[in-house]
Amino acid sequence: MAVIQAKYDAAETLIAARSLPGGAAWAVEARNSALANLRQMGVPHRRDEYWKYTNPASLIAAEAPKADVFETSETRPFEVLDRLRLVFIDGVFDPEQSDPLALEGVEIEPLSTALNADIHWASSVYGVLEANGQKPVARPLAALNTAQAVQGFAIRVTGKVARVISMIYLRSSVTADAMVHNVIKLEEGADLTLTENGPVAARANMVMEVEVARGGAFHHIRAQGRDHQRQAATHMFARLNAESSFKSFTLTVNGKLTRNEAVIEFTGNDAHATVAGACGGDGDFLHDDTVFITHDAVNCESRQVFKKVLRNGATGVFQGKILVQPDAQKTDGYQLSKALLLDDNSNFLAKPELEIYADDVACSHGSTCGEIDENSLFYLTSRGIPFACAQDMLTLAFLNEAIEEIEDPVIAEDIRDRLAAWMERRTG
Amino acid sequence: MLSIKNLQVSLEEEDKQILKGVDLEIGAGEVHAIMGPNGSGKSTMSYVLSGKNGYVVTDGSATLNGVDLLDMEPDARAAAGLFLAFQYPVEIPGVGNMTFLRTAVNAQRKARGEAELTAGEFLKEVRAKAKSLKIDAEMLKRPVNVGFSGGEKKRNEILQMAMLSPKMCILDETDSGLDVDAMKLVAEGVNALRSEGRSFLVITHYQRLLDHIKPDVVHIMANGRIIKSGGPELALEVENNGYADILAEVA
Repeated sequence: MAVIQAKYDAAETLIAARSLPGGAAWAVEARNSALANLRQMGVPHRRDEYWKYTNPASLIAAEAPKADVFETSETRPFEVLDRLRLVFIDGVFDPEQSDPLALEGVEIEPLSTALNADIHWASSVYGVLEANGQKPVARPLAALNTAQAVQGFAIRVTGKVARVISMIYLRSSVTADAMVHNVIKLEEGADLTLTENGPVAARANMVMEVEVARGGAFHHIRAQGRDHQRQAATHMFARLNAESSFKSFTLTVNGKLTRNEAVIEFTGNDAHATVAGACGGDGDFLHDDTVFITHDAVNCESRQVFKKVLRNGATGVFQGKILVQPDAQKTDGYQLSKALLLDDNSNFLAKPELEIYADDVACSHGSTCGEIDENSLFYLTSRGIPFACAQDMLTLAFLNEAIEEIEDPVIAEDIRDRLAAWMERRTG
Repeated sequence: MLSIKNLQVSLEEEDKQILKGVDLEIGAGEVHAIMGPNGSGKSTMSYVLSGKNGYVVTDGSATLNGVDLLDMEPDARAAAGLFLAFQYPVEIPGVGNMTFLRTAVNAQRKARGEAELTAGEFLKEVRAKAKSLKIDAEMLKRPVNVGFSGGEKKRNEILQMAMLSPKMCILDETDSGLDVDAMKLVAEGVNALRSEGRSFLVITHYQRLLDHIKPDVVHIMANGRIIKSGGPELALEVENNGYADILAEVA
């Protein structure tokens, strides 16, 4: 009982830490509903089934653990892109450093503005996808975010958008505790690429809700910051209507604790979803990808491709589930999670799950954990390539399988460059 | 060029001696062939010379132009001029063939204190050499050896050899898995590289390859030793009579 009481006590502490923002009636209702949900669930605990590999203690502590700000003179990801820049400092939007909120085919407003107005589309997404995603697995940190977040954007996309929307999360404080909530709706046939990069804050609670209408396509590429001590819990909720497409890729190097959850639901036929990630961890590092994909429509395809390279005691976690509902015939579900352990101290913990209630489906999953192939290493070194360089080449090649899920070759190359630079610094 | 003296080698993981005192001298510009029954230690010798893990040298020496090979890491041996054409070239998904080749060429040049090739210089050279081995642009773009046929893999080995310009080339059963035409193509590639300053050690089971790559000396290896050496006629003898006579004669 003591454990259970602690879950609720900690929830009350977190609720009390921030005032409940006001807003339009629908928004207040969504926040209150999320709050009630959170009070019922309590905060995550190590004993919870979906937290047994990742200790949530630092994510639910009353105060954010300190994290030094990582200084670098290197260029940031996605700078080569033609983009609308939205800059946040410690999780707070900074209009001074950002581009004007004007982009053809897009309505974009700060979340606090949108939640003060009667915007029909936003009221059908904000807190709604998150609440749907609470069953069957509780996601208390996302409910907390819905209840309290005032930062982020409401973005409605009505056409094919030529420029990329780029959220850039910079830091200045060693203790900031950020909460950002982005709510996005792609209307019929709309097409948007959204990038996110940067560490956000010492501790970040991020939620993104995305609804893609018929025939819409959403591309999301994220590079989480390199600050060693930062902590983050992120949730991505997506609802996919007929013939829509959703593709998300995340690059993570460094960070003390990162929990990335993706909750995707197919509600219309013939839709596609990809969630992919490449991650490099060195030392005091835990990276957790927790994915839940629900097929509730006919002939939809989902892909999960996660690759992790771990060394010096780093830990990787993968919990991926594909749920195929009774009527979701012709489902094609693919799930791959692989870890490359560069030494004996590192760990990979994986829990792939398939739950299938339809007969006519093709679902496959593979989860492996191994070391660098000795034969490949010998082949490369026997051609004169020094050991460290050969190891890097093979590590990059391993991660490449996830990077190949990125549709845009320019962005994929940018991500490869980031990883190569990361490894070069490592090996000096 | 290559000087091997009383080389004795055991497996690292089990107490088993594979090479039991190999002596071999290969002069500059010479082509030597090694034949021998399965399990006689031919491939082990090529691996030990190029520095593969899993073997322990218990006695003897191997030098390349006076430099101790056995003391160096595999990449340093390559930079010193040693090249092994693999019996089973390794497939490496995710590493482009061109990237691999260029990295290797420039790593060796760097190790020797030579200027690295620019992208343009490299491309020009690799295209010319690939063409003579009938390796098309598509093959160069693919990941290293991935999806290559047996013949393509062996031609890719010869392309690497041509690009790296080694002094001492070891060909480990380069003819295995090749049809007659592919073998001829590979042999032509090797012959084009023959020069006064470059030596070859050709490991093979079949005399046929030696019709195309004419050896100066043929050695027979059995049970971890070279038991007989002679001219090209020795290979013909093996082809006609097998190893039984030679083994009996030595025993």
